[in-house]
Amino acid sequence: MITVGIDVGSISAKAAVVRDGELLGSGVILTGYNARNAGEKVFVDLLAKLGLDKDAVDRIVATGCGRSSVDVADKAVTEITCHAAGAHFQDPAVRCVIDIGGQDSKAIAMDATGRVTDFAMNDKCAAGTGRFLEVMARALELDLDGFGEMSLKADRPAAISSLCTVFAESEVISLIARGERRENIIAGIHESIGSRVVAMAGRVGLTEPVMMTGGVAKNIGVVRALEKKSGKPIRVSANAQVNGAIGAALIAVCHS
Amino acid sequence: MNGAEKPIDPEKEKRKIKSVGRMKDIMTHYYIEAKTADQTGKKVAWITSGGPVEPLIAMDVIPVYPENHGAMIGAAKMGVDLCEKAEAMGYAGDLCAYARADIACATVDGGPIGGLPRPDMLVCCNNICGTVLKWYEVQARYFKVPLFILDTPFSHTEYTREAHAYVRTQLDEYIAFLETQCQKKFDHDRLAEVGRLSMAGQRLWQQVLDTTVHRPAPMSAFDAFFHLALIVTLRGTQTVVDYYTELLDEMKTRVATGIAAVPDERYRLLWDNLPVWFRTRWLSDKFAAHSACLVADTYTSSWCGTLTYLDDSDFLGSMAQGYSRVYINIGTDQMADMVVDMVEKYSADGLVMHSNRSCKPYSLGQYDIQRIVQQKCGIPTLVIEADMIDARNFSESQITTRIDAFMEVLTGA
Repeated sequence: MITVGIDVGSISAKAAVVRDGELLGSGVILTGYNARNAGEKVFVDLLAKLGLDKDAVDRIVATGCGRSSVDVADKAVTEITCHAAGAHFQDPAVRCVIDIGGQDSKAIAMDATGRVTDFAMNDKCAAGTGRFLEVMARALELDLDGFGEMSLKADRPAAISSLCTVFAESEVISLIARGERRENIIAGIHESIGSRVVAMAGRVGLTEPVMMTGGVAKNIGVVRALEKKSGKPIRVSANAQVNGAIGAALIAVCHS
Repeated sequence: MNGAEKPIDPEKEKRKIKSVGRMKDIMTHYYIEAKTADQTGKKVAWITSGGPVEPLIAMDVIPVYPENHGAMIGAAKMGVDLCEKAEAMGYAGDLCAYARADIACATVDGGPIGGLPRPDMLVCCNNICGTVLKWYEVQARYFKVPLFILDTPFSHTEYTREAHAYVRTQLDEYIAFLETQCQKKFDHDRLAEVGRLSMAGQRLWQQVLDTTVHRPAPMSAFDAFFHLALIVTLRGTQTVVDYYTELLDEMKTRVATGIAAVPDERYRLLWDNLPVWFRTRWLSDKFAAHSACLVADTYTSSWCGTLTYLDDSDFLGSMAQGYSRVYINIGTDQMADMVVDMVEKYSADGLVMHSNRSCKPYSLGQYDIQRIVQQKCGIPTLVIEADMIDARNFSESQITTRIDAFMEVLTGA
């Protein structure tokens, strides 16, 4: 049986194809202004890459904040349930997932079967999410991909105290003006994300093993900051960014 | 539009609560009477929603509730405009939206009914929050009218003898204040009668709410939010007793004939905190789409929650305790116990808590109550962040995901 998960997030759209419990492949594109098109395109592109025909797909589940706009999907399931399923598939021991995506950060508690037992999400504000990091990268005139490695070279992480993305950006600009090292500024940004997310995750209890998923998990600096603030080791899956899509594809199996 | 009438869905028609029309008539009549008080020679008192209204009724003063008006402003989606107006007047955006809307509305006679009638006096009881003190002081200065403040100490763990004596003395001062304002002697026999009617109304309201113990529930918390207005505004009158008798009969008939608020009710939820007045329909539809019915809530039951402390035969003597020990004037542990009891009583499968940006005393402690309910009842819980009338604090996409995910947890989907 072949199932597909399509995860349309605020920044990127992801797709994953699963055949009989095995990940066949995955793809990521930018969502852009049209979530409907992005969901369709990431799906079509991935099938083409894998040389699969649409008819070969048995079932499709959409997830992410654009989940209801994916016309090809048979069902929409929230990213909370999908990230738990994806994490459980990649590491069945995991009991807590921290997912930081483009505009959401979530902490998900799960049982031994991968079922969600509780969750917490960021509220009104997108500080501490992927978009927050993008804004900071722009202020620092750096490519976001290098953020993680650079932050590991910090000798004294700067203090970023503002909870608001816009004000935190001004703080970063003042730090630049004061001649603070970029490495320290970036490490400070990661620590501010770490504090915020760990405080939120405390609500569901950070039961080990903890896995980080979502696009921001590619940033080793954020992972280290989360470990520092929580005092717990964090596992990162190789497929962190497409974890939600994988979970959606697996849920599609259960619902067929 | 071709002018053709929308076809009536007989199923939907059957589920409509018939008493709604009568309720609207009563409320319309009430507001007309209040707004024409200056022509009929009656006095108008503005009073906080948790305040002791019975002495006003006994003195033939028309009680008017800025908070009920606030709910109407919210339901009419006029909250943001008025809140912005208050902010332009210099009030902080963090202040309660009812307070902001009321303070702004008074200066422009805005809102869905063109503003409240001018008060002759203000009665403020701080059993619901501390904001009301400053809010009513602002209005007392604006309207240049006398203000009576009834201070009900917070009952952290117990209601002490000292607290009782303190509040009981103030009730005598309240009566003396009314005698001065109305230029007539207070009639204690009349208060006893009003107290009896108040308690009868509260008992009936509790019975109405209790009909949802039945599965499927004949009404939902969203219906309770609407029908609540009478026990708040006209408590202590025969009108309330008559209306809730009628509503209770209708609910009993619905139970007997199997008419449900949510036709395919599979999940039963408990709601905590005030409604999101500008989104009640949206939320109701959202939960109903998941076959979930909000069968009870901690808010509407507050207006009959202290019956055990009230006494028919000594209403005045028991008022101090009845008004001091309301739901949000007690400690978090007691609140949690009450929520746990409600979960059991109404067989709730989950708890939905509205963390209300406006109402700090109601929202403080919610995470503790959530944890206690999870531990004692083992049911899933959800916190959604919103506001009772300030729509700027409502993020549809965020709340949709939370509710959908919560229902996935609850149903094991």
